[in-house]
Amino acid sequence: MGAHAHAAHADHGAAHHEHHHHEESFISKYVFSQDHKMISKQFLVTAIIMAVVAVMMSIFFRLQLAWPGEGFAITNFFLGDKWAPNGVLDSNMYLGLVTIHGTIMVFFVLTGGLSGTFANLLIPFQVGARDMASGFLNMLSYWFFLVSSVLMIASLFVEGGPASAGWTIYPPLSALPQAIPGSGTGMTLWLCSMAVFIVSALLGGLNYVVTVLNMRTKGMKMTRMPLTVWALLITAVLGILSFPVLLSAALLLLMDRGLGTSFYLSEIHIGGEALDNMGGSPILFQHLFWFLGHPEVYIVLLPALGITSEIIATNARKPIFGYRAMIGSILAIGFLSFIVWGHHMFVTGMNPFLGSVFVVTTLLIAIPSAVKVFNYITTLWKGNIVMTPAMLFSIGLVATFIAGGLTGIILADSALDIPVHDTYFVVAHFHIVMGMSAIFGMFAGIYHWFPRMYGKMMNTRMGYVHFWVTFICAFGVFFPMHFIGLAGAPRRYYDYTAFPMFDNVIDLNVVVTLFAITGALAQVIFIYNFFYSVFRGPAAVQNPWRSNTLEWTSPVKHMHGNWPGKIPEVYRWPYDYSKPGKAEDFVPQNVPHTDGEEESHG
Amino acid sequence: MMTLLVLLVIALGIIAVTQMARVYEITSKLRGKREEEISPADNRMNAKFMWIFCVLYYAFFFWLLYAYSDKLLPVSASEHGVVLDDLMYLNWVILFIMFFFTNTLLFYFAGKYYYKKDRVAKWYPHNNKLELAWTIAPALFLAVIVITGLKAWQDITAVAAPGTPEVELYGKQFDWTCRYPGKDGQLGATDFRLINDNNPLGIVTAASVAARLAELQTEKDATAKSIEAGYDHLPADALTKLEHHLGKVSRMMDRIVNLRTMMEQDIAANKEGSKYAAGSDDIVIKEFHLPVNEEVNLVLRSRDIIHSAFLPHFRAQMNLVPGQGTVLKMTPTITTDSMRDIMANPEFNYILMCNKICGASHYNMQMDLVIEKKGAYDAWVAEINKKPFEGAPAAELPAADGTVVSDSTVQIVKDSTAVAAVVTPAGH
Ligand code: HEM
Ligand SMILES: [Cu+2]
Ligand SMILES: [Cu+2]
Repeated sequence: MGAHAHAAHADHGAAHHEHHHHEESFISKYVFSQDHKMISKQFLVTAIIMAVVAVMMSIFFRLQLAWPGEGFAITNFFLGDKWAPNGVLDSNMYLGLVTIHGTIMVFFVLTGGLSGTFANLLIPFQVGARDMASGFLNMLSYWFFLVSSVLMIASLFVEGGPASAGWTIYPPLSALPQAIPGSGTGMTLWLCSMAVFIVSALLGGLNYVVTVLNMRTKGMKMTRMPLTVWALLITAVLGILSFPVLLSAALLLLMDRGLGTSFYLSEIHIGGEALDNMGGSPILFQHLFWFLGHPEVYIVLLPALGITSEIIATNARKPIFGYRAMIGSILAIGFLSFIVWGHHMFVTGMNPFLGSVFVVTTLLIAIPSAVKVFNYITTLWKGNIVMTPAMLFSIGLVATFIAGGLTGIILADSALDIPVHDTYFVVAHFHIVMGMSAIFGMFAGIYHWFPRMYGKMMNTRMGYVHFWVTFICAFGVFFPMHFIGLAGAPRRYYDYTAFPMFDNVIDLNVVVTLFAITGALAQVIFIYNFFYSVFRGPAAVQNPWRSNTLEWTSPVKHMHGNWPGKIPEVYRWPYDYSKPGKAEDFVPQNVPHTDGEEESHG
Repeated sequence: MMTLLVLLVIALGIIAVTQMARVYEITSKLRGKREEEISPADNRMNAKFMWIFCVLYYAFFFWLLYAYSDKLLPVSASEHGVVLDDLMYLNWVILFIMFFFTNTLLFYFAGKYYYKKDRVAKWYPHNNKLELAWTIAPALFLAVIVITGLKAWQDITAVAAPGTPEVELYGKQFDWTCRYPGKDGQLGATDFRLINDNNPLGIVTAASVAARLAELQTEKDATAKSIEAGYDHLPADALTKLEHHLGKVSRMMDRIVNLRTMMEQDIAANKEGSKYAAGSDDIVIKEFHLPVNEEVNLVLRSRDIIHSAFLPHFRAQMNLVPGQGTVLKMTPTITTDSMRDIMANPEFNYILMCNKICGASHYNMQMDLVIEKKGAYDAWVAEINKKPFEGAPAAELPAADGTVVSDSTVQIVKDSTAVAAVVTPAGH
């Protein structure tokens, strides 16, 4: 981990110096650390590495989509002659890359990475706790995450290739190696990796919930908690309730694969023979999968919404508009997310009435989402907006949340879903609303809390370039995909040239790929900025963004227990920005009310 | 070559930007400027970019609309598709309004209220009336969307009237097959265990059952023989494999015999009306024709894994789920010829494609669909009816076959005890 730069630069003149009472060994400090701050950094760096892998995969298959059948030296360099003879991506590997790209992005970057980084960093800091409820389980959570990441990467190298049934791994395709080579060892590894991942998510989630509920400092009422903590709390609850269902779905699938059971299989004739399996239902898997799968998209999204609420309030120098409505929305979204999963299954032959129920619940979820958007916008209105890179990414999130949320309304409408289901329209929708929003939230969080994590500042100018190129490319990549989808182009297709009907729109694939490459290269700026700043960045001051929350009252240099003396007591909500009658445009939570000052609330 | 060049240019661009940032960083260090202090110039610049971005965003959007909206799907060729297109249009109108309204506010505010030292942000923590308003407003819009949407959904998924003609669409890795019901107008029963080269859809008829049993018997005998012959010298795992196979074949034969019993009982009870008697005149064909302006029930069945029958020109889609049938009801309204005129493209064909990931050639699992006038369609059907699945009409089933049936049942039972005898010693 890059963090030992701290030791070298400990004398950077920050106001606070605390004394180490005991010297830790390198191993216990950087490797088997039980400190929430270090674990947070471990999650972040692991997620960044996984994200690089996933982005590179997307470039390989984007090259194939833009110039089908053409060879690329770079594809051949990374995938070798087996999977990219003459640089032409193999069609099985295409599906493998799409699958692992999706899996890594959703689970490893935006679940493990996003929640793991920011729940670990922010929950103890912002509720005023000395660490997580259980440092040991927290450490295990990271190590399980690392093991599952390694397993997932290892699955790329097995004979037959990685899992290639899509990140949703629907059986029978995922159950039968006869159906696709990736459903051999690759799929076994995928399932094992996810099982380990789920253990990690549960250990982390339980810890987060317990910490928030039990370890808040004096005065930190639930209604004084920053929205980040609220979002991370509800995210953890969603994970605890839904991941076990995915685990059981995965275990049943493993049994169907290895033990000859028939949970998901029935009346199948494949590879020239009729299988023994009778009585199972592939649709059962879809129900189980999406019972996790839909809450999962909010597990990805809510932390990003929490992070950006906090950042937008801080940098607009204004209280977040409708604090209580924001909490209400998070709760409503969290609850509703458990009763909408069927909207992924409108064309599986499900009972039409059941389908109608899912339409109603799904469109209900649009209401709290709309409230959130309006509240964000009102927070900006008549603000005094400091354009930090974190703020830019947060505004970017609102834009992607709008664009992606609106197309969701089409997909939630069972009748309208019929012609666009599983087309590129869906790919456009979920990348914008979930992928881009969550990634923007993650970037915003990294830029904002980098000083808190590493005691250094990232370069702002590079942050600007990174944001604008990324923002433009995000729309350049995913906006045209709506049109490709509306032309009827299915997703998970290796090549569209066999269909004259797509000749009209297929040049858009070139546009998309060029934006994708540019956008991917823009991430080089970020990675350079990140790692350069970890080691060589200028020293941070204690509260660089003049923010109200408690993490900025802890000394720049990390210490066990977070505060040298007593834990600060909390007297107010976190959003007293530009409060009338105050000298400064912010009043931290640990500042008592002055005589006659009214407590504010949203 | 061109792409290489493009890549090179982009790479150089990135390097240049990084270098510029480095230079900037060094100079800002020299000037003693801190990273967290966003200069007025930077605030102003980013604010301006917000506005410029908004304009570019809308321009890109309109350009896409302008350049591509007439290159998407042509007018819907099915009855419900027209309804869906109208509904889609209504939704787009609502969504466009929301899109421009919210985005304009967002980018306008973001660009307008950038930080100024002397500006004081407005203290505005909440306003219940406003919040209520924008809870209710989307709810109203959504109510319109839900009600219109569900109305269409109900019509589309309603069960077709009894007697609606049926055509089976059969999917497997990686192609489609159609089955037409033949003269009797009824699709025969199927069973996946009957599938072989002569019976790719596993249609149940007395003849196909008998043929399949005979085939399996041969396979079984051969397997038993190899076990016997190799008992002393074959490696243990090869033997186990053979024995598993033998067990599997026997089980399958048992089940087919059960199926035969069921078939015979059903035929005895329902005579001509039995679905087991309906198979032999079915037509199995790799061509897909439908008559215009007639409702049809597409009966969907998969041999191996989940596929999806996607007919974009008809705004129709339904999954094929192994082990459970699904149905897609639609009424084509435009013949292939008329659509060729509409699109001014004599090459045009309606297409059926697979839209559920199903393996390496998922991207090319397609079949053309021909919509034709009633007369032409009837002529086509009459032509294919000359080549039914099995030459012998169902009525000629030899009733005396019963003796053979009981015979072979006995034989199978005998055989499976023999299997057990062979398996037990090898099982250690
Ligand atoms: C670097 C920018 C990205 C590009 C260019 C990109 C592109 C793509 C493309 C072309 C597909 C294939 C779609 C298909 O055929 O179905 C895909 C699939 C997917 N992507 Fe991305 N993507 C990017 C980032 C992300 C992010 C940030 C996420 C996080 C949510 C994400 C999640 C997924 C998922 C879940 C799938 C579906 C995989 C599957 O079909 O099983 N992607 N991506
Ligand atoms: Cu969902
Ligand atoms: Cu298919």
